[in-house]
Amino acid sequence: MDHRTQNNRAWFLVLPVLVLVAFSAVIPLMTVVNYAFNDTFGNNQFFWAGLSWFEEMVTSERLHSALFRQIAFSLVILAIEVPLGILVALCMPRNGFWVSVCLVLMALPLLIPFNVVGTIWQIFGRVDIGLLGYVLAGLGIDYNYVSDPVDAWITLIVMDVWHWTSLVALLCYAGLQSIPQAYYQAAKIDQAGRWSVFRHIELPKMRGVLLIAVLLRFMDSFMIYTELFVVTGGGPGNSTTVLSIDLVKMAIGQFDLGPAAAFSLMYFLVILLVSWVFYTVMTNLDKEEGR
Amino acid sequence: MPLKGSRVVMALYLLFLMVPIYWLVNMSLKTNTEITSTFTLWPQDLTFANYLTILTDPAWYMGYVNSITYVAINTVLSISVALPAAYAFSRYRFLGDKHLFFWLLTNKMAPPAVFALPFFQLYSSLNLFDTHIAVALAHCLFNVPLAVWILEGFMRGVPKEIDETAYIDGYSFPRFFVKIFMPLIASGIGVAAFFCFMFSWVELLLSRTLTSVNAKPIAATMTRTVSASGLDWGVLAAAGVLTIIPGALVIWFVRNYIAKGFALGRV
Amino acid sequence: MAELTLENLAHSYHANPRGEQDFALKELNHVWRDGGAYALLGASGCGKTTLLNIISGLLRPSQGRVLFDGRDVTNAPTAERNIAQVFQFPVVYDTMTVRDNLAFPLKNRGMDAPYIAQRVAQIAAMIGMEAVLDRKARGLTADAKQKISLGRGMVREDVNAILFDEPLTVIDPQMKWELRTQLKALHREFGHTMIYVTHDQTEALTFADKVVVMHEGRVVQLGTPEELFEAPQHTFVGYFIGSPGMNLLDARIEGRIAHTAAGPVPLGQEYPALSGRVEIGIRPEYVALTTGEGLPVTVRRVEDVGHFRILRGQMGDVPVNAVLPDGAMVPGQDVRLSFRPDKINVYADSWRVSGRSLGEAA
Repeated sequence: MDHRTQNNRAWFLVLPVLVLVAFSAVIPLMTVVNYAFNDTFGNNQFFWAGLSWFEEMVTSERLHSALFRQIAFSLVILAIEVPLGILVALCMPRNGFWVSVCLVLMALPLLIPFNVVGTIWQIFGRVDIGLLGYVLAGLGIDYNYVSDPVDAWITLIVMDVWHWTSLVALLCYAGLQSIPQAYYQAAKIDQAGRWSVFRHIELPKMRGVLLIAVLLRFMDSFMIYTELFVVTGGGPGNSTTVLSIDLVKMAIGQFDLGPAAAFSLMYFLVILLVSWVFYTVMTNLDKEEGR
Repeated sequence: MPLKGSRVVMALYLLFLMVPIYWLVNMSLKTNTEITSTFTLWPQDLTFANYLTILTDPAWYMGYVNSITYVAINTVLSISVALPAAYAFSRYRFLGDKHLFFWLLTNKMAPPAVFALPFFQLYSSLNLFDTHIAVALAHCLFNVPLAVWILEGFMRGVPKEIDETAYIDGYSFPRFFVKIFMPLIASGIGVAAFFCFMFSWVELLLSRTLTSVNAKPIAATMTRTVSASGLDWGVLAAAGVLTIIPGALVIWFVRNYIAKGFALGRV
Repeated sequence: MAELTLENLAHSYHANPRGEQDFALKELNHVWRDGGAYALLGASGCGKTTLLNIISGLLRPSQGRVLFDGRDVTNAPTAERNIAQVFQFPVVYDTMTVRDNLAFPLKNRGMDAPYIAQRVAQIAAMIGMEAVLDRKARGLTADAKQKISLGRGMVREDVNAILFDEPLTVIDPQMKWELRTQLKALHREFGHTMIYVTHDQTEALTFADKVVVMHEGRVVQLGTPEELFEAPQHTFVGYFIGSPGMNLLDARIEGRIAHTAAGPVPLGQEYPALSGRVEIGIRPEYVALTTGEGLPVTVRRVEDVGHFRILRGQMGDVPVNAVLPDGAMVPGQDVRLSFRPDKINVYADSWRVSGRSLGEAA
């Protein structure tokens, strides 16, 4: 039930947030929009370019490849991290001393600055000084993430799984912990098997947090930049150049402001669209549950 | 209801998480010669020289100071503006409230890459380039919506009757908010502050774009450790380990609240 | 259906209990007759849920044995005990339809489809839910969900007993009566052993043939509702049953007169010398206004409850209540109450003491 009262003066309370975020978001976005629709030679004179940058970007081979790589990356990430996260959540201790230990150790990768995450794996995967690289080389496997695209991809994916699976696991764990004991007791009385308990009790109750986890992971993986940049820099060649890498290269590296701006807007739009879909699904589910 | 083999899975997973971190620590305690010449699972020649370098060289330790500074500013700023806004969203309906809330959330979904260049131009033009406040403000882009979202959730759980009782008892709004309301959502403020700290601390792209010397975060310093003799792995590793410590400390201190928070959800 | 026996049963939640106070459930021996409808009545925290969970197998007792038809099931897991339990709030499998919910226990035991279909139809008719069999369980009302929980418990033919843990807690008051009636009807028709835990005396007294009253982990009385009303074995039973509860006055007993602070009270029986804290108890229903000899009482208020009245008074600092017939007029001053001597109970240290009938006195 909505207990809120109608009061337009509440806007005053929201004003500080509005000002801050507008400053942080709207003004820069306007700049981007400006660049997207104009052409400039860097001398602050703008010539209306209409949709030409957009046309160029939409037909750009480079953008297509980056988008393709990005989608592939995000999908693989989700396909691994979500089931793994659920599995870990189911295996986590429910009470006792080990709960704190598990929570702390699992949360550690989440609190490491992104570039350090990259550095850790950059070192870890090297054949000369990294444990992983050394062991793989010792086993006779030809592993080199610098020169081989497949190795690069595998390294990046393992790194992201290492980095973020705990988030999925912790969210699912919170969902699991909120299931009242009576459900498990009833399942015992009904002589339900373990898989049945998962399918009919745990998974439905985790649905809310699972959706949040999937949304967060999709968004963040779609925006990934730093960790990836530190390990491969987008290479070898451009085999691991995903959307944000390409964008930054274009904007800051090549100073191709027009195309970069158009690219930015479309990038942002894709994320908004997918997020909006998720958000609607989530709130509809909430309504169904009567929340 | 535990899964069969839970302990094995947990042990393997925790091992998977800890080994790369161990490797970094391992490397940070070795000398550069040991790193480049031999391969050892633990330092044969244990040395703290790498840490010493960092702790005595301003070029290094200022990086940490800068990072902590802008993270702290950002956290305080985000929470302060988010509190009244979250209160408004949880207690009142007003023109455009649903749309405003959604718009706020969309900023969390903004790719930093999109904002890198615009921020650079914006803050340069305001003469705020290379200041802590610039990074703190920039991080507000995604931290403020997050703080509002989290705080609103916690505030929804506090019944309106408490507000009304306070007004009847003669409290003014500011006094009520500080003395009565905030203690009730203390854990919410803690969670929001934790996440603001986390997301600001780990972010690199924006913090590096907006700084050069004075407010340079530790992350930026780390990406520039190329000396004449090549990459100084030992120092790099030590710097990395030092960045993990604040996070580890924070987690260690709030672990009980987190564990309790999870357990409370259970009926 | 089975006869349940509890032998030397006690339970402590502490690892090393040191005294009686560490036991949530103090030692008891009890037989639940096959097919009986029992209520476990008591205040919150008195141990009734502990006892229920021991019977259902969700809790292993720290002492004693549980026997089903003579078979020791103390260490048997819940699944083997063939009991059904209905919990305080409805437990249904949200993603399944009503039909699938009812069929679930049978499916888990590998029964074949025609049998399952027949049982489901039978149970659905019993609980009156045939119309919604193919609806998703999630969107139904609380009482419908509790009925599904109940149905799921009864769908197995070999269920030994059905245990109810305060099942009407989340039900709307209007529906409570209907569900209670339905439960009673089901018991009459099918004769399952039913154990109903509650803190609500109305539920207990209307549902059960025999009521087990528990207080602080101990069974204080087992009896029919009449026995509990007329001769409560423990002051707690007197206080808990009846609305308002029994009046209790400290007294000194001499033969067949009880000397209370307010005056002497003639008793229906003769009592020996008693030690400990001695009290007399009388239900408000057996307290009447009198113009003759009686105990003076200060009237605090008179409540009109429809077809009778309650006089709430005070003798000294002890509250005393009386149930008066509808329309009874209470005088403005010098109000005196008389107690029916044959309905007075005597308690020493909270436990009832029997006296000798007066006819035997010399």
